[in-house]
Amino acid sequence: MSKIKLAEHVIETVQAICAQYNNEEGELINVLHGTQSKLGYLPAEVQELIAKELDMSVAKVYGVVTFYSFFTMTPMGKHPISICTGTACYVRGAEQVLEEFKRQLKLEVGKTTDDGKFSISCLRCVGACGLAPVVMVGEKVYGRVSPQQVRKIISEYQDGCPSHAE
Amino acid sequence: MADYKMHMLVCGGTGCRASESKKIRQNLDASIQANGLEDSVQVVETGCFGFCEKGPVVKILPDNTFYVQVRPEDADQIVAEHIVKGRQVKHLLYEDPTKQEVIADSKDMGFYKKQVRIALRNCGFIDPENIDEYISRDGYAALATCLGDMTPEQVIDTMKESGLRGRGGGGFPTGLKWQFTRNSVSEQKYVVCNADEGDPGAFMDRSILEGDPHSVLEAMAICGYAIGADTGLIYIRAEYPLAIDRLKVAIKQAREIGLLGNDIMGTGFNFDVELRYGAGAFVCGEETALIHSMEGLRGEPTFKPPFPAVEGYLKKPTNVNNVETLANVPVIINKGAEWFASIGTDKSKGTKVFALAGKINNVGLIEVPMGTTLREVIFDIGGGIKDGKKFKAVQTGGPSGGCLTEEHLDTPIDFDNLLSVGSMMGSGGMIVMDEDDCMVSVAKFYLEFTLDESCGKCTPCRIGNKRLYEILDKITQGKGTKEDLDRLRMLGNVIKDTSLCGLGQTSPNPILSTLDNFYDEYLAHVEDGRCPAGQCKALLQYKIIDDKCTGCTLCFRQCPVAAISGERKSPHFIDQSLCIKCGVCYEKCKFDAIEIV
Repeated sequence: MSKIKLAEHVIETVQAICAQYNNEEGELINVLHGTQSKLGYLPAEVQELIAKELDMSVAKVYGVVTFYSFFTMTPMGKHPISICTGTACYVRGAEQVLEEFKRQLKLEVGKTTDDGKFSISCLRCVGACGLAPVVMVGEKVYGRVSPQQVRKIISEYQDGCPSHAE
Repeated sequence: MADYKMHMLVCGGTGCRASESKKIRQNLDASIQANGLEDSVQVVETGCFGFCEKGPVVKILPDNTFYVQVRPEDADQIVAEHIVKGRQVKHLLYEDPTKQEVIADSKDMGFYKKQVRIALRNCGFIDPENIDEYISRDGYAALATCLGDMTPEQVIDTMKESGLRGRGGGGFPTGLKWQFTRNSVSEQKYVVCNADEGDPGAFMDRSILEGDPHSVLEAMAICGYAIGADTGLIYIRAEYPLAIDRLKVAIKQAREIGLLGNDIMGTGFNFDVELRYGAGAFVCGEETALIHSMEGLRGEPTFKPPFPAVEGYLKKPTNVNNVETLANVPVIINKGAEWFASIGTDKSKGTKVFALAGKINNVGLIEVPMGTTLREVIFDIGGGIKDGKKFKAVQTGGPSGGCLTEEHLDTPIDFDNLLSVGSMMGSGGMIVMDEDDCMVSVAKFYLEFTLDESCGKCTPCRIGNKRLYEILDKITQGKGTKEDLDRLRMLGNVIKDTSLCGLGQTSPNPILSTLDNFYDEYLAHVEDGRCPAGQCKALLQYKIIDDKCTGCTLCFRQCPVAAISGERKSPHFIDQSLCIKCGVCYEKCKFDAIEIV
């Protein structure tokens, strides 16, 4: 038995993705993209498995995963909240909006609530600068967000169903 | 194409899509069908119109009526009134904020009047998912000219004569770059399109890829012919899903009709394009870092030489061009180098696309001839400062650029002029700031970004920027000294001189330029413990004006940390040692009895 403790179907998924790229070392970033889009994140065990499949060191895989901000080692919340901290949003008050999300959810950037419902992350420019400051919850974009609106946005997702808003 | 009498163009750029433009399109389609007009009116989803501030945008052709801030429920009215009865829907027309007059035709709007659109020529005009529309606008004609009538040397000469310089930030002459790659002898060469747009607040490359993907594909093929490459790679941010989708569609369509692949147009020339995904690293905009990232490695830059033109992707000669640069190429071939060189300034030819954002009335994507002044861009096209406030600074060049002031407003924009006043063109982000923005905080914001994005390979950038950040933080906390300002300047210059790549070499620019242009503001922070813009929280004090306070106890009850004390009907008092400067008292007071000092 290998020391990697992953469910059988996860192992198969990852192996299939690696095989799709001919288990080539040079395709590491594509493999990571593929894996994260399937699993949602890249835990250490998965990185070990990818290293084994591509016949490279775990350190190299880990080095690449931690280098790029798109890759994450922690699972995101069911409703991932992303606050745009591009310059346009910054000068229109994104920082105050971010603070308010952190305060309301008692959560730091990059972390997920204990119930797995929300996570907060910052992203750089979604390109909707006309709507600045911009917040994304999952795929939904909220434009011209003020700190006062934060509670309402969160409550839209609190019961797990957007229609239960206030 | 069917013989449509009218076209309804709906903006399908990321900004407008975020405001439900897809739903608008569906509703328009449904409404057209309900009125039985599907044979005479076509609804087209286009790329970005540029006028993001007023999105979602719907434009009607041939009369050029420009509807702004359209909601999905407006669709029926637009069709019933404009299409059926020929009457404009007044409440959806654009109103000029300074003159308070309604303008229906986009050609008459200040935002568009001074623009010259070359790179953005098709954005907001054609359906990016339909290759026929691109071809009908001279698409792939330039490739045909190159393959049929020109030698690779002639193509390169044309690029050289046009004076086109790299639009990604470096400003290196494109023709010369092609020449270098052509000169390298190798069986395999690569054309790489750098679509790793990382400057926070710049979105021109994405808009071009979303609105006119074929122009980039065509240019890559032309470049491939000129330098002797048969493979093109587009390195694109994974955060740009819409651009990726449109590129995939475009590549597929071009392959289907033989404009990519083997023996293009029967000339024996082979060229195909693949996509490579970035994963969020600003430093990958640097070409050596980008190449490492494409090879599956950490995107760390390496020393040049060897230049990618000699040893690039997989150690083969590689030509890396930015999206906007490439979008200019087909037009230069079609209209000639002389025509292109007639636009712009002495050393910067053609146009430049800017992403105009911040405290400005008309946020959006604009394209102006080189040599246009900052004043024209900000006040004529941008419509001036939001909420009637006073202009303070404009930041160009993103995290690598600098902040310019009132006195620079009449500077004609080009590569060299911006450099000489301490900023740079960069990729074209242009952020406008007003009197409420603290320049020390702005410098800190950019540095925080650089810290985050520094790859960590070389010491000046990794550690130097961290120290710069700490000093700035100290200043915004009110603990800075005048010596700190000298330290910032000295360390900044050391980092510029000693860093390996462009990221480090330019990272102190936001600090150095604000030190030059807003020294008084830094002094106010360190000598008087004051933030003139009132943004640095630690330097603010909320005080109750005794004469105005009625003792209503509202602030006392609202204060989250019980820092306010006082008896009913007598003036209250804020304990500064407890105050967290949340501003609740200031906002709630009905008698304006609280002041910020």
